[in-house]
Order: sequence, then structure tokens, then C-alpha cells
Amino acid sequence: MKRKLLTVGGVLLACIVFFGALYAASRLVAPKYHDTLTEGHLTGEYYRETTDHDVLFIGDCEVFEHFSPVTLYNEYGITSFIRGGAQQLVWHSYYLLEDALKTETPKVVVYNVLALKYGEPQSEAYNRLNLDGMRWGAAKIGAIGASMTEGEDFMSYVFPLLRYHDRIDKLTKEDLAYWFSDGEPVSFKGYVMHTGVNPATETPQERYDPKLPGSSMEWLSKMADLCEEKGVSLVLIKSPSIWPVWHPEWDAEIEAFAKSRGLRYDNMIAENDAIGVDLQTDTYDQGQHLNVDGAEKLSRWFGAVLRDAYGLTDHRGEAVYDADYARLTERYEQEKQRLRSEEH
Amino acid sequence: MEQLLDILRELHPETDFETETRLVDGGILASFDIVMLITRIEEEFDVVIPAKDIVPEHFNSAEALYRLITRIAEQDD
Amino acid sequence: MLFPSWAFLLFLAVLVPVYFLVPKRIQWIVLLIANAVFVCIAGLLGAVFMAVTVATVYGATRFFDASFARQRETLAAMKATHTKEERKRKRLSFERRRRLVLIAALVVNIGILFVLKYGAAIGRITAGIFGTKAFGQDLALTMGISFYTFSTVGYLLDVYRESIPAERNPLKLALFTSFFPLLVQGPITRFETVGKSLTAPHSFDGKRFLSASLRIAWGYWKKLIVADRLLVAVKALCAKPDVYRGDFIFVEMLLYAACLYADFTGGIDITIGVGEMLGVTVEENFFRPYFSKSIAEYWRRWHITLGEWFKRYVYYPLSVSKPMRDLSKATRKLGAGVSRRVPVYLATILVWALTGAWHGSNLTFLVWGILNGVVILLSEELKPLYARFHARFPKLTESTFYRGFTVIRTVLLLSSLRILDCYGTVREAFSSFFSMFTTWNWGAVFRGGVQSLGLTYTDYAIAAFGVLAMFTLSMVQRKGAIRPRILKRGTVFSVCVLLVLIGTILLFGRYGFGFDASQFIYNRF
Repeated sequence: MKRKLLTVGGVLLACIVFFGALYAASRLVAPKYHDTLTEGHLTGEYYRETTDHDVLFIGDCEVFEHFSPVTLYNEYGITSFIRGGAQQLVWHSYYLLEDALKTETPKVVVYNVLALKYGEPQSEAYNRLNLDGMRWGAAKIGAIGASMTEGEDFMSYVFPLLRYHDRIDKLTKEDLAYWFSDGEPVSFKGYVMHTGVNPATETPQERYDPKLPGSSMEWLSKMADLCEEKGVSLVLIKSPSIWPVWHPEWDAEIEAFAKSRGLRYDNMIAENDAIGVDLQTDTYDQGQHLNVDGAEKLSRWFGAVLRDAYGLTDHRGEAVYDADYARLTERYEQEKQRLRSEEH
Repeated sequence: MEQLLDILRELHPETDFETETRLVDGGILASFDIVMLITRIEEEFDVVIPAKDIVPEHFNSAEALYRLITRIAEQDD
Repeated sequence: MLFPSWAFLLFLAVLVPVYFLVPKRIQWIVLLIANAVFVCIAGLLGAVFMAVTVATVYGATRFFDASFARQRETLAAMKATHTKEERKRKRLSFERRRRLVLIAALVVNIGILFVLKYGAAIGRITAGIFGTKAFGQDLALTMGISFYTFSTVGYLLDVYRESIPAERNPLKLALFTSFFPLLVQGPITRFETVGKSLTAPHSFDGKRFLSASLRIAWGYWKKLIVADRLLVAVKALCAKPDVYRGDFIFVEMLLYAACLYADFTGGIDITIGVGEMLGVTVEENFFRPYFSKSIAEYWRRWHITLGEWFKRYVYYPLSVSKPMRDLSKATRKLGAGVSRRVPVYLATILVWALTGAWHGSNLTFLVWGILNGVVILLSEELKPLYARFHARFPKLTESTFYRGFTVIRTVLLLSSLRILDCYGTVREAFSSFFSMFTTWNWGAVFRGGVQSLGLTYTDYAIAAFGVLAMFTLSMVQRKGAIRPRILKRGTVFSVCVLLVLIGTILLFGRYGFGFDASQFIYNRF
């Protein structure tokens, strides 16, 4: 009897050590997304939030590089967060929204429509960047199911070791530094800052399907249903960058969709003058993305739009928010200075 | 029997066929040798060993092989 | 379903508990259902072919049995009333009918295998000659057909020869034909052993389960850590015969030898381990083949079941067949040496040509097979020479050094022959092989050459460690089986070994997408 217990105990102990070691190895080889491939860090940073948000942005780089929650708060007292991600496709967006709506109910959800041009999963690596940081739950399982490209399997999302095991000989200091800690956030409530200037040139011509893929429009429709159900106002936007091109047929299709669902749709490309964005000075990559000046201008303009249209509360003066945003603003200004000094 | 041992020694002079009982299993007789052996047996004994009887049990020792030859020879009559 | 897939592991995880939980007398039916599921997942067309094999072999073997019984009865009844001549005629008429049925069954079964294996190749050739559209291109080779056809035809021939009685229950024959772990990489099995073991009741045994798990894990270890890693480099080398020449071929030979060994023995370890887990004993297919001192010995230790099959059902019957004996007699006037060699030589070359053809439809395989036969015959002829050499230098030839030399010589020889495996045409293979002796480019091999093959230095180091581990275990195994020794140290120790194997596979195995940071760098579009 005693022998048997010893055996069972020994086997149990061996298993505990084994799974502990596997867990440690798994954390070690998984990309940390902190100093490199930083876009992968964005999804997870949402869970560190201590305050709730009136506005939630979802979408691709045209949200996480184009809107600054710091400006929105400091100018209008609007509390916000950007759940953006690298090539965040519409089903990623849908499930990230579903995930967020489980713990908070913002007044407004802003979705940038550019990614609707993709109706199929595009890249395994971008799935990882968007989903690795997501917390486990029905939303994540759904997101993985909707996102997998050919050859991917669900198990490797559950056990990252299966996916990243061959990084074992590519480990860097970053992997050791953030082995068991997530480190500082890389974003400012989801905003990723760039300070460079690289003026826009001509946009290249491309062939395109004048109709947006039916599958992505279905996801958009599901997103509208979800917001309706939760009593959240969904706002569709196309941010003012001129490339990748947002074609007029697509614009008309979204316009019609918004009308049929009673949603607000702002195509900001035409509004550049009103916004004050100048694609000679406010972009760091020839008009694809805005730099921090562009983002702040756009945020100032869009903040006013949101405040007026949805009657958002000015939270300035509320201690919890003031403290949170004061810290954020300080880090934000320091980062701006650091990036600018690096440029020179 | 002596005749059979002579044939075997012709093939592998170094083996003691009177005592060895693992000729096939021990790797002494390869398939090459077995076919040679069967050809020689036909020449000497006028006995044709059918394919179904070419199994290790019958070739592992000289004695077993001799028994097989005798059995086939009797059947033929 | 390949061994390294979640589907296969899931399949096992469902089957094993169900198999041991159901009443023992229906265990084999559970297994049969599992096989059916496995075969159908692999492809419905394959399932149809398999069903045809089972049906024809079952029908033929039952016919043989009935015919043997009737023959005995009839001959016994005739004993008193008929002459010996008449009885012989009667017997021959029974034999003739059995032979007809046998030939029909062989034509169907070998025919299916032939069409599936060579259909596409023949289609290409005839299309080339007649300028018509190639047929048979879409007939993908059905899973495991080379293996199960040989196993089942072996059973057919055994019953035909009256070595074993026919199985009365067709489902049991179906179980034998379709046993799922054998459909991946073989081995070819015998109905007397595996077939019987499959239908016997088996109880769960913790020790056996652990032992089987160890063997399966070791199989995966070899496959995922060594074979699948080296395969990347081997494929890269073979893909560019005009670039990788000279000493690259030597590298290719060694890498391929290690890769093939790890892949094939690893796969068989998994097969036998899965069998063991279910209580079914499957024949061993390897016996430390790279420790052989000659090619002939190597073929008795590598893919043992295939060699045995060819020996049992082709080589021996052919070499003692009537035409062969007549041929031997006809050549007697050329000398006893010649006449005795005729059957051996012809049978050897033919069997090796068939072995080559079995491996693949490409002409290179045929040449490879025949060359193997030629080498075996040559070394047989050189035996007297060796004997004289051994007599002259007894000290040297008995030394470990000399034994090591013969082992290395054999490995190099068989690796040279295997170059035919790697290339599409015989010309490419020969040209690559001989470039080893004309082009001296070790410099290029080690300055950038080996890194251009898709593997990093870490990969080579891991593979080298894997090869070393396999070699060490083989050396240890010479003194007796390893797993019993592990199990003797207790359950906890065995579980630890198992976990270490699994852990190293997960970390160092070559599977999944592979990490390429450049794909992750968001290109901002």
C-alpha cells in the first residue's frame, strides 16, 4: 500500500515538474512582442486597464496609429482605448469587441472599415500578433476558429510551445527580460506613436474588386448586431490616409450599409482640410499612416465630432481618470521627446 | 546422412554441421546457400524440395534437413 | 492519417480506452470498426480496393480449403477401386483448379497494386508514345496498399500451399488486412502471428502500456528530431543535382542514411508500440541494420519482413521451380559451377528487380534493386578470396578495427546505392555519384554550403545529437533489450524517461510552421 502511494506520488511529482518545465519553456520561446514585433503586445495591453472607457476603437493600423486617447482626454475629457492590431481583420475585430464587451459597456464603438477588403484569412503571423495576447474565453476560441489559415491547428494556440518551439536557438535578451513579466506597455491606451515625417507621393494604381467580400460584410453586420444588443453606438470610419486606396465603390457600399443599419459613417479622406491633416508633414510613411502630429490633429477633430454627436461626458476633474491620464500623459510626452531626439 | 553432410561441408567448410542446430537462425546458411543446397540435393538424392518446405525449421540442422529429404523421398514412391 | 498528426493521437486516445473497456469477446470488433474508420478517413476509394482484396482472398482461401478436403476424400475413396495413375490424374485435376483460382486472385490483387503504383507512370509513357491524354494521373497511391496487399497475398499463398488452414470468418481476415498502424509504413505481417494475435482477447496491463508508450515516444523522437529535420537538407540537396555535386554528394549520402533510418525505424517503433499498447504483437522489421558486415546481411536486418516475404514467396519458389531446374540441367555441360549458379543468379536478380519495383515506379528504383542483387552476388563470388585474406591475416581480420571497417564499408556501399533513390533519372544519379570522385569541393561544402540547405547550425547539432543517441542506444541494445531495463527501475523512473522523451520532442522536434521573424514584422499595409 505504502509502495503504491509512493509510486503514485512520484509519478504525480514527475508530472508536476514536467508541466512546470513545459510552461517555463513555453513562456521562454513565445515572442515577447515588447522590444521587437511590438504590434503583438497591443491586444494584451487592454487587460491592464484599471478604468473603463466611453469610446472603444477597433480595427487595423488606421486606428492604432491614427488616434491618440491622450489627446481625446486632455482636450475633451473623453475616456477611450484602441483595440487595434496589425492587419486586424474584421473577424479579429468582432471577437476582440465581443471580448471587451464582456467586461465593460462603452457608449461608442468606432470601427475603421479598411480591413473589410479582406474576406479570407491572410497570414498566420498576423493571426498570432492579434490573438496571442487575447485572454481565454469563448471570444478567443471563436476568433481562432475564424482566423486560422491553411495548415494551422487550434492546439498550437492553446500551447504556444507547439508554435514557437524552434525559436529556442533564436532567443534574445528580450526573451529573458520578459520571460515572466510583461514589462511596460508599448502603447498609450492602444496608440502606437511615430514621429517621423515622410511626405505623401502619388498613390500607385491597383486592380481591385469593386465589391467588398460578402464574408467580411457579414462580419460587419454581426458586429452591428452585437452593438445593438448591448446598446452601444457603432460608428464606422475610414481614416484619412490615402494609401492603401479606399475605392469609391467600397465607400458607397459602406455608406449604404450604414444607412440600412442606421449607423454613422465618416469617410475622413475628404475631410482632411477641415481636420487640418497635411499629408506633406503629418505622415511618416508617404501617406499610409499618420505621425503623432497627424494623430493629434485627427483626435482633436474627431473628439469634437463624437462629443457633439453622442453627448459624451467630460471626465476631467474625476480623480480616478485624472490620475490615470496624468501618468499616461507624462509617459506620452517623454516618448515623444525620445523619438524626436532619436531622429536628429 | 553422410552424403548430405558432405554437400553441406562443401558449402561451408568451417561449420560443424553434425552439432549445429541454428544454421538458418544463426545466419550460417543464407538464402543463397539454401538454393545452392537444394540444387545439390536434387543432383545427389534426386529429391525436389518444394517451396512450401523451405522454412527455417527444415534447414536449421543437418538432421532436420535429412528427415525432410527422407520424407519427400518416401512420399514420391 | 500520418503518425505525427493530432488526428492520429486523438484516434489512439479514443480507441485505447474503448478497446479495454468493452467485453473481451467483442474487442476485435471494436478494433475492426476502428480500422474501418481509419481506412475511410484515408480515402473511400482505398476502402473499396481493400474490400476487394479481402473478398477475393477470402473466397480463394475458402475454396482452397474445401478443395483440399474434397481431394483427400476423393483420393481415399478411390484408393481401393482405382489405379495409382488414375489417382494421380485426379489429384492433378484438383491442383489445376486450385492453381486457376490462385492465379485469378493474384491477378486481381497484384493488379490493383500494379495499376495504382504504375498507372500514372504507364499513362505518362503511353501518352508520350501515342500522343494521347495520360490516364491514371489522378489515381493517388492508396494508403498502405503495398504493405497490406503483400501481407494478405502472403496469407493467400500460405493457404494455397496448405501451410495454414483458411480463416472461416471473413471479418477476421478484414481485421488482419486493415490493422491501422500497419497501413502507414508496414511492416508486412503474417496471418499466423499477427492475424491470430489481433482476434485474441487482451486485458489492460499498466506495465505493458508504459512500455508501449516508451517505444512510441522513441519512435516519434527519431522521426521528429532527426528524420524530419535532416529531410529538409536531403531534399534541398536532391533538388539541385547541377549545383550540389562532388563532396556534397557524400554529405547527402550520410544525411540520407541517417534520415531514412530515423524515419523508417521510428515509424515502425510507433507501429509496433501501438500494437503492443493494444496487446497485439507485430513482427520486428529491423535488427540494428547499420551494424551489418555485408549488404546481404544488411538486407536480413533492414526491412526484414519485406526480405522474408520475397524470399518465402518469390525467391525460393522461383529457384526450385520446374523451368529453373530444367534450365539448370540444360547448362550442366558448361560445368557444375555454372549449372548450380543459374537458379541462384536468375532468382536473385529477378527478386531484386521486383524489390526495386516495389519501392517505386521510377526506373531508378529498378536499377537500384538490380544493383543490390549484383553486389550481393559479387560478394558471394568473392568469398573464397576473402577466406584466403582472412587465413593470411587472422589477427587483423579478427580485430575490432577490421569489424568496424566492414560495417562502415557496408554503410557506405548501401548509401551509394541509395543515391538512386534521390534523383528522378538514372543518369542524374550516376552523374552525381561519380562527381564525388572528380570534384573536390569540401571548401564549398563547409563555407556556406551546408547552411544553404535550410538548416541552421543548431539544427545540425540537434540532428547530430539525435544520431549519437540512436547509435548509443543501439550499442547498449547489443547487450539486451532496453525497455525492460528501464521498467525494472520502477514506474516513477519509467514515467520520467517518457516525459523527458516527450519534452525533448516538443522542444526540439521539427514540426509546425517554424518561426520566421520576418513574417511577423508588420509590413504596415
